[in-house]
Amino acid sequence: MNARVGVVQFPGTNCELDMLHVVDRLGGTAEILWHGDAGTKGVDAVVVPGGFAHGDYLRTGAIARFSPVMAAVAEFAAAGGPVVGICNGFQVLCEAHLLPGALQRNAGLKFVCAPTDLRVETTTTVLTGRAAVGDVLRIPINHFEGNYVCDERTLAELRADDRVVVRYVDNPNGSLDDIAGVCNAGRNVVGLMPHPERASDPLLGSSDGLVLLGSLLDAAAGRAAMPA
Amino acid sequence: MPLFHARVDVTHLPGVADPAGATVERALPALGYDNVTGVHIAKTIRLSVDAPDAETARVQVEEMCERLLANPVIEAYEVTIS
Repeated sequence: MNARVGVVQFPGTNCELDMLHVVDRLGGTAEILWHGDAGTKGVDAVVVPGGFAHGDYLRTGAIARFSPVMAAVAEFAAAGGPVVGICNGFQVLCEAHLLPGALQRNAGLKFVCAPTDLRVETTTTVLTGRAAVGDVLRIPINHFEGNYVCDERTLAELRADDRVVVRYVDNPNGSLDDIAGVCNAGRNVVGLMPHPERASDPLLGSSDGLVLLGSLLDAAAGRAAMPA
Repeated sequence: MPLFHARVDVTHLPGVADPAGATVERALPALGYDNVTGVHIAKTIRLSVDAPDAETARVQVEEMCERLLANPVIEAYEVTIS
């Protein structure tokens, strides 16, 4: 398998090196996609990792959305390319309208940094192909703005189309319908607040995140095998 | 072209939780203000726009709101030009 994963780096991103490390461990090749470069370098998957892109000024992800790399990421996504946004990356993808809804401040105004249990709700996305529906994965969250919200029509659509990817077993932030992650209609763009790359080794307390990132590597390898 | 001053008030859409407002509302009774409801914390953005007239300035600022200053999924905005 020679899947190449591009990891987007904005000023203020802080989880990109963890992601490079995990992709490497899973046998893929990862490289940084600098936010100011208007291209995705021919990678087979894109990860928008966590952090505080552009300082999260105005709103989380609001400025990052206009970075030159994002137009290329949108084009890649529109062509069916696997794109995963984690934490701040999820917020960026929502602001970029690649995913529906928005992430607002946690209920109770608490920054929460803790392991959470996530229930896998669908396996037909680029992030959950290796999982089984009903699997409970222990993966940490680390955010202030992870309270997922969308209008009623969008929620009904997400449910009807099986687009809620993971739900919290014990809702830590007030998210609507316990939503921890969603996907787009094409199921190739996924965003989630929990950090699978921080649950990638028994030393970190859990390696449950490898199921998700391994699934992404599978999706990337599938794309790499496609004729150009 | 004249310079118009714009004030943009960005508020939560009705029905969207405002945890900061709710926290302040719970704190006020501790100071004896037990008759307060509907506390809402909003954002104000001030900017100046060079434009031929006030209406052009307003249209432009409203466009900025749609594209960047507010997130229509969770926020409403109100533009005041002076």
